[in-house]
Amino acid sequence: MNMVQADNLSFEYIRRNEEGEVESISKAIDGVSMTITKGDFVAILGHNGSGKSTLAKHINALLSPTEGTLIVDGMDTSDEANIWKVRQKAGMVFQNPDNQIIASVVEEDVAFGPENIGIPTEKILKRVTESLEAVGMTKYRHHSPNKLSGGQKQRVAIAGIMAMHPDCIVLDEPTAMLDPKGRREVIKTVRKLNKEEGITVILITHYMEEVIDADKVIVMDNGKIVMQGTPKEIFSEVEKVKGYRLDVPQVTELAYELRKEGVNIPADILSAEEFVEAL
Amino acid sequence: MIIADGVNYVYSAGTAYEKHALKDINLVINDGEFIGVIGHTGSGKSTLMQLFNGLEKATSGSIYYNGQDIYDEDFKMKELRNKVGLVFQYPEHQLFETTVLEDVKFGPRNQGLSALDVDMRAYEALKAVNFREELYDASPFELSGGQKRRAAIAGVLAMQPEVLILDEPTAGLDPKGRDHILKLLSKLHEEKGITIILVSHSMEDVAEYVDRIIALNDGSIAFDGAPKEVFTHYKELEKIGLRAPQVTYVMHALKDKGFDVDTSAITVKEAKEEILKALKKKRSGEGEL
Repeated sequence: MNMVQADNLSFEYIRRNEEGEVESISKAIDGVSMTITKGDFVAILGHNGSGKSTLAKHINALLSPTEGTLIVDGMDTSDEANIWKVRQKAGMVFQNPDNQIIASVVEEDVAFGPENIGIPTEKILKRVTESLEAVGMTKYRHHSPNKLSGGQKQRVAIAGIMAMHPDCIVLDEPTAMLDPKGRREVIKTVRKLNKEEGITVILITHYMEEVIDADKVIVMDNGKIVMQGTPKEIFSEVEKVKGYRLDVPQVTELAYELRKEGVNIPADILSAEEFVEAL
Repeated sequence: MIIADGVNYVYSAGTAYEKHALKDINLVINDGEFIGVIGHTGSGKSTLMQLFNGLEKATSGSIYYNGQDIYDEDFKMKELRNKVGLVFQYPEHQLFETTVLEDVKFGPRNQGLSALDVDMRAYEALKAVNFREELYDASPFELSGGQKRRAAIAGVLAMQPEVLILDEPTAGLDPKGRDHILKLLSKLHEEKGITIILVSHSMEDVAEYVDRIIALNDGSIAFDGAPKEVFTHYKELEKIGLRAPQVTYVMHALKDKGFDVDTSAITVKEAKEEILKALKKKRSGEGEL
């Protein structure tokens, strides 16, 4: 079953001058076709301006295609009647945790979403409890979000999405502003939701180490999908990946450098353990 | 040279939100150093940087800039802010002029320089950050993320600081964009002899570029030394929310498996050389048998 299906999807940012005439058109997404299977952990990589965030905003129906279609769990996102249902299905987490937290107490923040869609109070309480449990933030239920670390704030933001009972979470560089510990916390939480709750995860990131456990990696460049495959398939092509302004995990690069020196070591090494085993 | 002598900083003293952000910090920062400052969120990194630049005042203790106590009555704080340039996190949010060139001119113009000198400074700074000439007259808002950031750094460079402090200058940039900024800092350090203090969350980046690491934890200095030395304490670093570069873990794992490698490698290049050496030794050892 497909969670997301894009068919020949294009999106143009149109700039107009003061008279309303078209000044320039830039194609942020250019004829993308792809599918994301339900329950998968999919990572989208690409340099700044490659179109990955624009694509993510389509999955959440924040943007709708200029051409082509995007189907989220059987619903066409171009159809206005579907917008709210799509947004409930596919929740979105953004880069800056401070921009996403609105209430003065953690539990109220998590309750904000379900409250807005008219869930009865006793059910909201249950959802808040479950969501905070799922992201490991139960202890902070009655705290002020201001006092939390960046990683904790992002987990509260994720709990807020979970309380909407989505099937899919789209995370747009959720760790860019976090310290190493905060990054690990967030990625661990997201992986757990994927494994234990069966939530489809779409992770956009610039940190290559965060995607090594993904089921599928999509690489974007100039609004097009240029590579697709398992992390091993993608990162074994070191030169190609670097050509798209990206990088590979440090240990993959080390294996690649050793191979160049004639050492017999596989090209698709992604972790320190694999590396040591292979040598 | 900057000296911090017994520096303490307390936020919201006397209220329920009182926080001891810096505790008895003693530091000497020498001219021409390239320093990486690491530490978890809330460890006091940004506060310390703002003390160096005179934006915040220490609750107790002293800070000396080139031998002068910056809290002396006759010390000119404005001069300190010219000499110690601070590039904030997400500096592109502070671009505001109509063109890149005007934005870069803003700092030197405020220093009271002549129009000609202001122009010279701006052009020189944009050149130093490898900014494309055809974009000098573009609106800062039309630039890509990496370009915006370089424009913002140029704005600080145009004030010709002796010390350049950057608070996570690569956050949110793609890997190539990160490389560009770090190489640029390296160049400024080497060619212009500017002292650089880089606040970073990337252990791989500081391992690759800086000469000295200062690790902060809960407002105190946990480690201060050469990257190689600091990263040998990777277990203690993990306890304070930090870690070593990935290759360092590879080296330790190899050593545990009986490979004769030096575990102090912190960059891909060093690790590669160390592993090649070990493999060679192993092979010649087997040959003798």
